[in-house]
Amino acid sequence: MVKMMADQKNLKTEELKNEKTTGLQLDKIVGKKIGMTQLFDKIGNVIPVTVIEAGPCFVTQIKTAEKDGYNAVQLGFIDAKKLNKPKAGHLKGKKCRYLREFRLETLPKLALGQELKVDAFNPGDVVEISGISIGKGFAGTVKKYHHGRGPMTHGSKSHRIPGSIGAGTTPGRVLKGRKMSGRMGGVIVLEVNLGVVQIDLEKNLLLVKGSVPGKAGNIVTINRVAVAKPIVGKDE
Amino acid sequence: MSKIINEIESKQIKKDITEFKVGDTVKVFSKIVEGGKERLQGFEGIVIKRQGPGAREAFVVRKIVQGIGVEKLYLLHSPRVDSIQVLKKGRVRRAKLHYLRGRVGSRATKVAEEKVVATEGALPGTN
Repeated sequence: MVKMMADQKNLKTEELKNEKTTGLQLDKIVGKKIGMTQLFDKIGNVIPVTVIEAGPCFVTQIKTAEKDGYNAVQLGFIDAKKLNKPKAGHLKGKKCRYLREFRLETLPKLALGQELKVDAFNPGDVVEISGISIGKGFAGTVKKYHHGRGPMTHGSKSHRIPGSIGAGTTPGRVLKGRKMSGRMGGVIVLEVNLGVVQIDLEKNLLLVKGSVPGKAGNIVTINRVAVAKPIVGKDE
Repeated sequence: MSKIINEIESKQIKKDITEFKVGDTVKVFSKIVEGGKERLQGFEGIVIKRQGPGAREAFVVRKIVQGIGVEKLYLLHSPRVDSIQVLKKGRVRRAKLHYLRGRVGSRATKVAEEKVVATEGALPGTN
């Protein structure tokens, strides 16, 4: 049974690869996080969803192993109000504010300036989304590493202090990797295993189940990892 | 709130919702699937709060069962909530009737009935 499933999985990835190599569709896109809301499914369950305005994107550069050392596709997103001359020259007439690059093993047949839309995705697809997480500033160990805090009353003064950071004369230094307070958030975070719930082709919207890194307005990159499975005898 | 999200939410809002207020005694009929069959289950009690905006609005119905308070939270726009029947109009001066939770005996279910004539003049434009 397990083997069969594995075979099926292989088949699917092969299909996906074929799709990639034949250049039907690129299963990656750049989007803007709009915010979160909830949807009801057919039986009345509530699904928490993040709304992402995904695309339309333009292929702005195709990097090849021969020329650039690796295969990649660069996508441009959102019309820019102003472009400086180097960027305008690079974009060749397109007006893109944000550029994101996707590394690929095999290059699909894409043309420069080709438009990519959300129609590459389907409800039921599994995607991974990466973006810059919300910056929390200079955070203590309680918030940053979920350390426990000391008692807040009864004469205690160790409210949220980090505690001991090591022994004394031996080793005589603080060991590397010691968890201490410092900047938290504002780093690239990848959220995996998000299911696509709904797609709006008219408004270029992608609704995924669960949360996505960053605040509303954050630019995120979406990468499909599995195509939609056909529904097998499941109660609606 | 974003315009796009408002649009998504407005699609889910039911249009034929019975008007009811906090303090009203209502009977809520919700769809329940039991052994592959669907039936309607009624729950009768006082609406003690309405919370949330737009499509996310929810309300809590409270009643006393064998001396024990029972509260049920319903999502107003959920397809599982079939219909709401207003049995009695209540006149209350709070948006949230949490004070009923601390009450025992007959006072626990007592909410003054709305005087139809008085309210129309006294509380204009209230929903």
